[in-house]
This record gives sequence, C-alpha cells and structure tokens, in this order.
Amino acid sequence: MKVTLSHIHKRFGAVHANNDISINVEGGTIFGLLGENGAGKSTLMKVLSGFFAADSGEIKLNDQVVSLSSPADALEKGIGMLHQDPLDVPPMRLLENFMMGVRGFLQPRRTAESSFRELCQAFDFDLDPHAFVHDLSVGERQQLEIVRLLWLGVETLILDEPTTGISAPQKEKLFATLHQLAADGKSIIFVSHKLEDVEVLCSEVAVLRQGVLVGQQNAPIDPAGLVKMMFVQEVNLEERLNVDLGSTFLQVQDATMSDLRLKMEGVTLDVKAGEVIGLAGLEGSGQQLLMQACAGLHRIDKGAIVVGGQTLSGRPYQEWLNAGVAFMPADRMAEGLVPGLSIAEHHVLTRYRRDQEQDKKTIDWPLFRKHSQEKITEFNIKGFVDSTVESLSGGNQQRALLSLLPKKLRLLIMEHPTRGLDIESVLYIWGKLLKRRQDGTAIIFSSADLDEVFQYSDRIVVCFGGQITAVLNTSETSVEQLGYLIAGKQPPADLREENV
Amino acid sequence: MEELLAIFSITALSSVLAFSAPLIFAALGETWSERAGVINLSVEGTMMMGALTGFAAAKVTESLVIGFVAAMAVGAAMSAIVAFGSITLDRDQVAIGFVLALLGVELSSFLGTPFVRIPGVAVRPLPIPILADIPILGPLFFDQDIVTYLSFILIVFTWFWFYRTQAGLVLRGIGERPEAAFARGVNVIRLRYIYTLIGGAMIGFGGAAFSLHVILGWSYRHTANFGWIALAIVIFGGWHPYRVAMGAYLFGLIRAAATGLQSAIPGVPVQVFPLLPFPLMILTLIIFNSDSLERLKLYLPTRVQRSLTSFLRSTPPAGLGKHFEQD
Repeated sequence: MKVTLSHIHKRFGAVHANNDISINVEGGTIFGLLGENGAGKSTLMKVLSGFFAADSGEIKLNDQVVSLSSPADALEKGIGMLHQDPLDVPPMRLLENFMMGVRGFLQPRRTAESSFRELCQAFDFDLDPHAFVHDLSVGERQQLEIVRLLWLGVETLILDEPTTGISAPQKEKLFATLHQLAADGKSIIFVSHKLEDVEVLCSEVAVLRQGVLVGQQNAPIDPAGLVKMMFVQEVNLEERLNVDLGSTFLQVQDATMSDLRLKMEGVTLDVKAGEVIGLAGLEGSGQQLLMQACAGLHRIDKGAIVVGGQTLSGRPYQEWLNAGVAFMPADRMAEGLVPGLSIAEHHVLTRYRRDQEQDKKTIDWPLFRKHSQEKITEFNIKGFVDSTVESLSGGNQQRALLSLLPKKLRLLIMEHPTRGLDIESVLYIWGKLLKRRQDGTAIIFSSADLDEVFQYSDRIVVCFGGQITAVLNTSETSVEQLGYLIAGKQPPADLREENV
Repeated sequence: MEELLAIFSITALSSVLAFSAPLIFAALGETWSERAGVINLSVEGTMMMGALTGFAAAKVTESLVIGFVAAMAVGAAMSAIVAFGSITLDRDQVAIGFVLALLGVELSSFLGTPFVRIPGVAVRPLPIPILADIPILGPLFFDQDIVTYLSFILIVFTWFWFYRTQAGLVLRGIGERPEAAFARGVNVIRLRYIYTLIGGAMIGFGGAAFSLHVILGWSYRHTANFGWIALAIVIFGGWHPYRVAMGAYLFGLIRAAATGLQSAIPGVPVQVFPLLPFPLMILTLIIFNSDSLERLKLYLPTRVQRSLTSFLRSTPPAGLGKHFEQD
C-alpha cells in the first residue's frame, strides 16, 4: 500500500510537534523515520494510525484521500501500529490478546488458534497461544502484535522504536520478518533514533528534528550525513573563553558500569577543575549511565571513581554531595523538582539543614522567603516565591533548578541542560555555568545539540554502543569528523588529517 | 458439638445456598463493574436501597417482579452516579462510592419508616419436579426458589460471559488495559458505563433478594454490613466468578456455624455470635490470599497449573480505578 502524508501540522499548546511534514512511502518498501527523542516522530505516526487528528494536512492511501478518526478506523483501512510498549493485555493469554476486539459473540478459539499457529510458522516465531503475555519478553510481545495486526489484514505496518529493549537475536529475527513483509508488498514504516538499525534495514530514510522534516536519503545510506541532519542546525563557533584548568578533580579508573540495557567496560576519564566536557552520542549509547556513575547515583561494578583525591565509588551519596558533586537530571519535573511545591518550599527542602540555625525546630519562613526572592531576582526567574514549579515555563524551571544548587561546587553534571528551552534561556544558563567554571567547577554535560557541544566544551567524549569511542579536543575537531564517530564509524583519513 | 455438626446436614447446606443468594448477586455485580475498571464502593448503600425499594414496590403493587425490577433500577441509578463522577468527571471513585454507601444507608432508613416491620410478600419455594427428588443434589440445587436458581445461573453465566464470549474478552480488556482495548476499536467509556450500570442493577437485585427472600420485610439497616462483605468477597475471589461465589458461600457457612455455636455454648453473651462471621471472614481472607495457593499450584502438572492460573490469580485488574481518556 502506498502511503502519502502531505503538509501535516500538529500542535500541542505552544509546541509545534509536526510542522508541515510530507513523506511518501511506496508499497513493498521499508521506510525509516529517524530523529532524537521529541523530534515529532511518534506524533506523526500517531496521526497516521488514527490516535491523533492532524490540525491540517492530508493523508492518502493508494492515492485516495482518507480521514482516520480512530485507531480502529485506521486499522480497518489497513494501517496498524506496533507501539514501543506493545499495546497488549499482559494478564491475558496470547490467544485472548490475539482475538480481542474481533467481532462476534463467542470467542473464535479454534479458527483463531489455527490462524495464529500458521502465522507464527510463516515467520518462524516460537509462541505458545496458551501462555500468558506477562511471561513474554518485549521481543516476543512484538511478535504477537505483528501476527495479530497481520491477521487483521494490515497492509501498512508502523513500528515505533521496536529495537529498544529486545535482544540481538530477536532483533535479527525482527529484521528478517520486516524484509519478508516488504517482499510480500506490505509497506513498513520504521521509527527509530538508532542509526545503525535504519542503515541496514531501510531503503529510504527521512529525518525529523524539532517537528520539522530536515532531510531525506535513499539507500545506500550515508550515516554521517544523517547525523548532521539529526543534530546540527548551523555550526558557528564563537570565540571561546580560555580558562586556566586546575589539577585533575575527577578520575574514572578502568570502571565497569551496567544497567538493564547497557554495559560499559574499561571506562577511563580524567576531568580537571574548571574543565567542560561535552558528551556526544546517539541517545542510549551510555552517556546517561556514565554521568550517573560520575555523580554517585549509579554504583559501578568494577574499577574506581576518585573525586578530589578521595575514592568515592561505593560510598554513600551524601559523601559525594559533601565533596561538591551535583547532578541535574534531564527530566526536570520527574527527578529534579517536586510538582505541587512552590519555589520557596524548594529552597526549604534543599537548604533547610544548611541555612537555618540548628536549634530551630520549625521552618523559618521569613528567612526562606527572603532567600527565594533573592534567588528569583538573581536567576531572573519569571515567577513568584509562591509559584508552584509546574506553573513555570521550561526555561524558568531550569533556572529554578540552577538556583537550588549550592554556592560552592566542584563538579556539576547535567543531562541535556538546555533541551527544549528558548534561546534566551539557553544563553542565560550557559552564562551562569561558565561563571561557575571560572571558579574552578568542572562541568560534564550531554546534549543532542552538536552546536552546544562544540560551543562550550573543552573536550568532547563520544559514546557509541556503551563504549567511549573517542575523546577529542574540541579545537581540533570538525563537525564532520564527529558525525562519523557518533554513527560508530571511523572518519575517512583525509578528514582526520585536515583537522589535526 | 452436635449443633455445630448439624450445619453440614443437607437441609442446613441447602439453606446456606439460599441464604447466600443476595451476597452472590451483590458480589458478582461488583465483579462485573470492577472487571471493567470501575470500583463501585457504594455496595452497602445500594443493597440497602435495593432491599427497601424491592420490598416496598412489591408490597405496594403486590408484584414480586415489579419489586425486583424497581430494585435493579435503583441499583443502576446509584451506580450511574459513580460512573458519571468517575468516568466522565474524573473524580475519585473511592470517595464517591464511599459517600454513596453512607447516603444509601441513611436514606433507606429515612424513606423506609412506613415499611418497618409490616408483613409483605415473599418469594415462594419452587421445587423442580423430578430433579428435586435426586438424593443430595435434589434438595441442594433443585428444591429452592427462583432467586436461588437465578443466583446459580448468574454464577455460570458470568463465567461464560467473561471467558467464552468476545464481549467478555473486551470487558476484561477495558479493565486491564483500556489503551489496548481502545486501539482495538473498543469504545472504552461507553462500555465502562454499561458494565457499571449492569453491576449496579445486580447489586440492587441482591438487596431485594435479601428483603424478599432471606430475611423478609424491612427494618432499620436491614442488610447491615452485607455490602461491605460483598466488596471483601470480590477481592477474596480474585475477580473470578467461581471464586467469588465460593467466597459468598463460605461466608454463609461461617454464619450458619456461628448460629450453631450460639446454642452449643450458652455461656457466651449472645451478642458475640452475630459478629463472629466478620472477623472469621477476615481471617479466611488472609489465609487464602497469602501465597499459599500459588505455592500449592507449583506441585501440579503444567497443564493443570495453567488452567488454574486465571482461577487462582489475586491481582486486581490493572486498570481498576484508573481514569481513561480517549484521544
């Protein structure tokens, strides 16, 4: 089935999630939709699968204009979506999931089971129709959804980040299945932020960034070009401040760290006082794990992390705080601030022990209101002492979070410090951060914006697939070179020489 | 001791089955509602209102059918308040239901004054010819009245609907994961309304079954505490119709035993015995809802284990009490 989206617009409040996007997917092909988190991929696919109505724009199936009023409507017209978290019912049996929603009075157990088994056989899936979904892995749940959607007669299959959370053999099987489906004439839309998947699978790729379609490529795919589309708006390097770096403050010594998805081995990194380190890489390549470990929030498996001469790995978080380490998470409202509490109450929470005289048992409100007012003025926060944090805009939330940091810091670690902020806030926040670095605070940050990485960091640490693949001096690196490294490739020799 | 053993006689067990019928309707009604994702906590008040309405309407019109239908209408109306408040207005289901429970109790006392302790109509026994003469099974299952027969039918029908029909599959789907049901083309909100109302009507019917079939007539707080017990039984029953029914019968049995004990141990103040079933029920709930059943299951062959899984599960529907917004 040929799918054409033209001039799709979708807004959520002030956010323009899809801004005039047009793509065309031919039958029998695998079409890649690439972009970082929040680029608008999922929104676009939810428009195509009937979950959202577009504000304006047109959807054509086989050159016929259609309107898709609900997921069921889209399904009836042959469009099925496999969600990142498969939309199944875990406490039920596979067969029950398979049959649910099909019209009829009695459950068509016999016919459904034989169709189920046939489809599973066709794709070499090993699924037991009588098992329960909550005993399955994510990969198996995807397989269940795929056979279910095919049984319902889907001609266009949308997959949203399907390779997240599944094992390597399952991924291989998934890709084989998708090739098989494309060969049968189905059109596949593969949504991902993983270049390496798109590269091997898709015959055509479109890249979204901040709601806009920024580029398209046909196979063979040039990964460095895609990275450039995903991350870079326009690199203009301004004059950079030269700061005298102090002695080494943070040492990561041959550390091994792991979480559910990733294992990083043999990580070694030295950071000097006053130095700014930018972490670059595709989302989920290990930056988050590395930062959490350096902040004392994630216990490492092996090796050591030395902060200011003390080995702190394995020590309680309080000791990291005492050593002057601070962490600012990417998800401000979930991990940084407490929804429902005011700015003043946040200051009470963070500074209570430090600022109030020890013998007072109740909160000294006048003192803390004065504190908060000073901070609001100092950090130019558009809000009041009693404003709840969720009533602030993203930029002001980030400023509020910054205003809560202690005066004296030795190491500040930040995930996406300026994601989703307006340009004025970005400049303001970096102004504050650079002032801190002049005081000798080391800064480690991650960003999906290569501009930001180039602009502010002294060195760039590139992560790929759970490894640090390169540590570069920013002044000796080009955007092209970094593009290759982020995609997990070695830059061509001429590019390397040019910049040394 | 003899009195205690007497509860295991066929006659006594037969009356336990009959006596438990109101509880079966109320607990299964609640099961329908909760399986669809809506906690209707008003059971106590709804049963009370159902008991009064059923008795009063049957008395005034001299028609049992009208009595039961009126009670069902009142039950559905009360559950409609829960449904509207929680599904449409996104208010807290527990708070609405709880207030309605209190309201129903007081309102029934207030409205029921003219009907206190007056003789009225009652459901008559209806032995089924031939079948009633089968030894043991006959007196238990075929020498009852229409309300008890309906309670048997409702148990099996509920199981059939939940586990054998497409509509039942969807019903469980909207309670477990409404998003998934919605993606399959189900109108979650409409179905939640329908099932909450159906459940409410069953609870109202249970109330009428109490005043027209178990303890005849109306008095102040006529069905006292049965609504709360019904709620507990749903949890004990793991939202499975057969287990819920077992819970209701267990409660009936414990109550009969308590009455037996009363005459066996005359020294204890009589006030103790009517209270006894409640702590005993709590104790049973604790024992049955511990992991012991799950652990026992592990000793069985895989095939049996699997068929027991949905019967033994004790986790509530995952979407229970959660608001669902259709985009």
